[in-house]
This record gives sequence, structure tokens and C-alpha cells, in this order.
Amino acid sequence: MSGDKRLLYCHCAYAKVVPARVKHELLEQLGDSDGDFEAVPDLCEMSARKDPALADYAGDPELRIVACYPRSVRWLFHAAGHELPQEVELHNMRESSAAELSQALGLMTDRESGA
Amino acid sequence: MKSTKLADQANSQELRVLLRERRDSGRLESSRRHELLAQLLEAGHPVERRSSDCARPAMAVLQVGDDEEVVTPGTPWIRIAAMTAEQVVTNLADLRSQRELSDPGQWTPWFPVIDFGLCTNCMQCLSFCLFDVYGADENGQIQVQNEDNCKTNCPACSRVCPEVAILFPKYGKGPINGDVVRKEDIQKESMKVDISALLGGDIYSSLRDRSDTARKRFSTERDESKALLERKRCLKELKESLDIPDEVLMTLPSAGEIEERTRRAKEKAERRRAASQTIADQEASRPAPSPEEWDI
Repeated sequence: MSGDKRLLYCHCAYAKVVPARVKHELLEQLGDSDGDFEAVPDLCEMSARKDPALADYAGDPELRIVACYPRSVRWLFHAAGHELPQEVELHNMRESSAAELSQALGLMTDRESGA
Repeated sequence: MKSTKLADQANSQELRVLLRERRDSGRLESSRRHELLAQLLEAGHPVERRSSDCARPAMAVLQVGDDEEVVTPGTPWIRIAAMTAEQVVTNLADLRSQRELSDPGQWTPWFPVIDFGLCTNCMQCLSFCLFDVYGADENGQIQVQNEDNCKTNCPACSRVCPEVAILFPKYGKGPINGDVVRKEDIQKESMKVDISALLGGDIYSSLRDRSDTARKRFSTERDESKALLERKRCLKELKESLDIPDEVLMTLPSAGEIEERTRRAKEKAERRRAASQTIADQEASRPAPSPEEWDI
């Protein structure tokens, strides 16, 4: 995985708006990669519940989030009382393919990295 | 105040599981890992996949390899190498039950999110929403206060927002879904606001004109229809001027019932009048008493 930036993946588990193929392919590639990552069932639900974990994510400018539209993600954090730093990378599974996202995130499997 | 369905949900710290996979040994096969991750997420568990230990609290540690346990008080260590994804999820469900945590996913997270970069605090959303989703903070700033009051799949408030400032992240189409707001989206929203101008500048005079046209159209209809319309109009005026609730208006009798009641009342009055007349006639026909009879 490129750099050691923290990676947060949203599975959008309670709706069918993120193409299933994209999220499942990407989740598989994340698992196959050699890096650590965090996956949450649904960022919307966390925002509505003002989940304390959002404060932790918002406090990390090195964060990369793979979810949906960046405008939604930023204002979901705001709604929960936390501003995402401008430096946070936001990747959109509703508009990009798993291959594009995998490349953007620099995901490398053990096989690809020669491990 | 939050209603119970959202407030009762366990938070991510209570449900979070740590999947411990070392880089060198003890890794799950790709399809098994994917199945496990997907099932955990769909069961509502945040998952952190790490190759090393993590100091942050977790509901459970899912250990793939045969490493020594790192004892963390209150955090069970589940060896999953020989378990299916379903068995792992069942184990966690038991754990949730023991800890009296609610099952995740009971509420569909459908609610409006305000883009304060666009919002002008016009309060149209607050005025429009019938379900008390919106409120204002102590500074008079609009905010979403009761997310779980929102009706799933209803994006109506976003349609009345003149600035395209209301998002529903789980909506299908842009810009309501959070997609970039384009110039044509703003123009489309401006048309909504200027609807009175489109109707001729004064929406009330336009409505009056429409009403006149409608009246002419009905003038050739039967009198009963006109009477019915007139009655409806009177009921509407009653409701508006006297603030009579709908349920009271609904119990008002029909015109036929009123006529029947009137007929019965007239008959009753006639009978009473006739009976009185008979008594009066009898009294009149009786000879007047003599002074002796009066004992004067």
C-alpha cells in the first residue's frame, strides 16, 4: 500500500447505492494487500449516531477514505461535529472502478510485491 | 431529543473487531478473508485488519495464526483458522447478546445532510418538513436534529431547497446524492423559487383567475354538482375561519341526512302542535265554572 497512510473503507452496508461489484472487488484487494486498513459498515449511520470514532478519523490528516461522493463524506463528518482536514484523500466508489481505486490507493498484493 | 431507535444503537467501539493477520504466516486464503470481511461488515461490525497488535479497544480479536495471546482484559480472543465466516459472525452475535448490545442495522440511515458551503439558512426545509427532522441551534442556525424521524427514501426537503444544499448520501441521483452541483442544477432550483413569477408575478391573483375559469367550466353542470361544490367550499371556509379540525368536519351530516332530520323534526312539531290544539279545544268546549264552583 502506498505510504503508511491510514485507510478507511466504508461498506455502505445499509443501502444499495454503491455498485456491489466495485465494493466487493476493492474489499478483496484491500484484504489481499500487505497493509493495515479499517472498514466500517456505514459512515452515514456513524454520522447520525455521532459515533466517537469519527473524531479519531477526523483528527488524522494522513487519512484516506474510500466511500462515496466527497461532498457527502465531508458534510457527514461535519454533521457529526467534526471537520475533515483538507489533506484527507477522498475516493468515490460510486464513480470509479475497483481497478482505478486500487491503483489510486497503491494496493499491492503479496504476489505483486514479491513477498 | 433522539428517538430510541437511533439512540439505542451500539457504537463502533463496542462492535469493532480486530482481524489479526501476520504478513509472514497465518493469513487467510483470499476468498475466505473476503467472505469473512463482507459478512462482518454486513452484520454491522467495524473491522480493523492489522498485522500487529493494536492498543485501541475492540469487542473481540479474531486471530488467524497460532500466535500467543496478548491478554487484553475484556477482549475475547477468538481463533478463527478452523471456523467459517458464518460461525465467526454467530460467535459475535452471542457476544453482543451477552453484553446486551442491540443488533446493528435496525435503522436504515436515511436522513438529510446539509452542505453549509451552500446553505443560506433560509429555513425553507424546516418549514416544509412535516416530521420534525430539522431544528435550529442556539444561534438560529438550521440543523438536522432528528435524523431517525426522516421517512426512508423521501428526499422532498432537498427539492424545496433553493440552493441545492441538502444531500441525501444514499439517494440515487446527483446532485442530491452529493455529486458536484453544476450550474444547471442551480438554475433548475431557481425556477422552483420563481414559480410565482412564472405564474404571472402574483401567485394569489393567478389562483383567483384559475378559480374563475373553473367556475365558468362548472356553470353548465347540474345544480346538484354546484351545490356539492358550494358545500365543500363552505366546509373549507368553516375549517379555515373557525379552525375546525378535520375529524369534526368528517362527522358533519350529509345534505340528505340533514333533510331527513328536518322532515322528522317538522312531523314531530306538527304532532305536538296538533295535540296542544286538541287540549285547547277541549278546554274551550267546557262550560265556564259558576262562582259557586270557584268557591268564591
